[in-house]
Amino acid sequence: MVNSLPKLLSAAFITLKLLSVSLIIGLFIGLFFAILRLNKNIFINKFAYGYSYVFRGTPLLVQIFIIYFGLGQIEYLRSTVLWVILKEPYWCAIIAFALNTGAYTSEILRSAFQTIKPGIVEAGKSLGISNRVIFYKIQIPIAIRQSLPAYGNEIILMMKGTSLASTVTIMDLTGVAKYIISTTFKPIEVFIVAGGIYLFMTFIIHNLIKYLEKKYSFN
Amino acid sequence: MNNFKKTIFSVLFSLLIIGNVNADKIKIGTEGAYPPWNSKNEAGKLIGFEVELAYTLCRYIGQQCVIVEQDWDGMIPALIMRKFDAIMAGMSITAERQKAISFSQGYADEVASLAVMKGSSLEGLDTPAGINLTKPNSDAKKALKTLTGALAGKTVCVQTATIHQNFLDSGDVGKVNVRTYKTQDEVNLDLASGRCDAALAAAVAFSDYAEKSGKPVVLTGPTFSGGAFGNGVGVGIRKDDAELLNAFNKAIDKARKNGDISRIATKWFGFDASM
Repeated sequence: MVNSLPKLLSAAFITLKLLSVSLIIGLFIGLFFAILRLNKNIFINKFAYGYSYVFRGTPLLVQIFIIYFGLGQIEYLRSTVLWVILKEPYWCAIIAFALNTGAYTSEILRSAFQTIKPGIVEAGKSLGISNRVIFYKIQIPIAIRQSLPAYGNEIILMMKGTSLASTVTIMDLTGVAKYIISTTFKPIEVFIVAGGIYLFMTFIIHNLIKYLEKKYSFN
Repeated sequence: MNNFKKTIFSVLFSLLIIGNVNADKIKIGTEGAYPPWNSKNEAGKLIGFEVELAYTLCRYIGQQCVIVEQDWDGMIPALIMRKFDAIMAGMSITAERQKAISFSQGYADEVASLAVMKGSSLEGLDTPAGINLTKPNSDAKKALKTLTGALAGKTVCVQTATIHQNFLDSGDVGKVNVRTYKTQDEVNLDLASGRCDAALAAAVAFSDYAEKSGKPVVLTGPTFSGGAFGNGVGVGIRKDDAELLNAFNKAIDKARKNGDISRIATKWFGFDASM
């Protein structure tokens, strides 16, 4: 019980690594697709909508399995350079997590963009600021501030989602907890400790977001 | 309102009675994913050597049985938490497991083997056909040395919480990169995809997969028994359940004497795996 704690704590770092890498990639994917969603071109718009619809509408576990076990079955793929990445469970998990969180992030950012009052953009225009600068210096910062509470939620959901990495052989917090159980046969104790570590990580993320919300509040 | 309450109570009461119908049946847990030991057919029904043997043993015990499905990695915890009364899931009798549960006498034995895809550099290792690790002789020690050299830096895949994982973790073949999977099916998939350089499991699990999938999976190196691989497969029973343990031991004696175990084993394995 006590001697399982160091193993679980070092596994928690793997969980954090999975989380942070997929969040960073997912944020860029999300921003990219949110901008596509605002595009007037119906094809671009529908393409971005289709992406978020598919990835929000299917379970994360299914997505990981399709990317890991599914793509691994395609013989052609195994002869391409892509296999260097897809061979590794770690990258398969990152791809699935990033695409999943990217879909949610694009929706969060899109709705944030749409809540920006037209008056703010017009005020910029009347001052003679270019559209580009308005977008990068006015719209994006406001959108990010607006989306902080919802995005904080997404980070926490994603953190819990990383536990699915254990299904594709990654020894993250859940994976190591299961491994310890397989030798000690004490599921309750080990899962309570692992759950406590997850809870602690949620606590940190929650407070970090709260701090950012306060720092960038409009009042 | 009174009528409504009566209805509710009678429904609840009948549920209680239905729930209790199973109370005097022996519940046996199996995985249903480790052919030919235990698996499921297309209809989702549990089949296999142990399913058939379980019903036979229960006939000898003189009690009805229900076979329930349980994921492998939660098998022993589920037994301890009384979700069922006995395990028949190709579970080898090992000292480590005996710390948590009791085992009946063994009813069948299997050898473990490494498997690789045809054309792998690990194919055709120069080792004896089989080694026993309980008291390793010089041949066995030499074979382990050969394996240590061949497997260095390779990824070897196993099902989690198995004797095969224990063996690789024990360090007998040096430091290999062990990758663990929830089911043997997933091990087979990743062996075929090339993510695993080799896989370790019951030899029959690989020959069964090769036969059904048509994939060029071949066995390599020696077959393993004894030591970390345990002493045969037995029925796992809670430590405080001496009565049931006794009943199973007697039933296995009878089934062995009447040739039932050999017959059922030959039917499912293609050879007599009984002990």
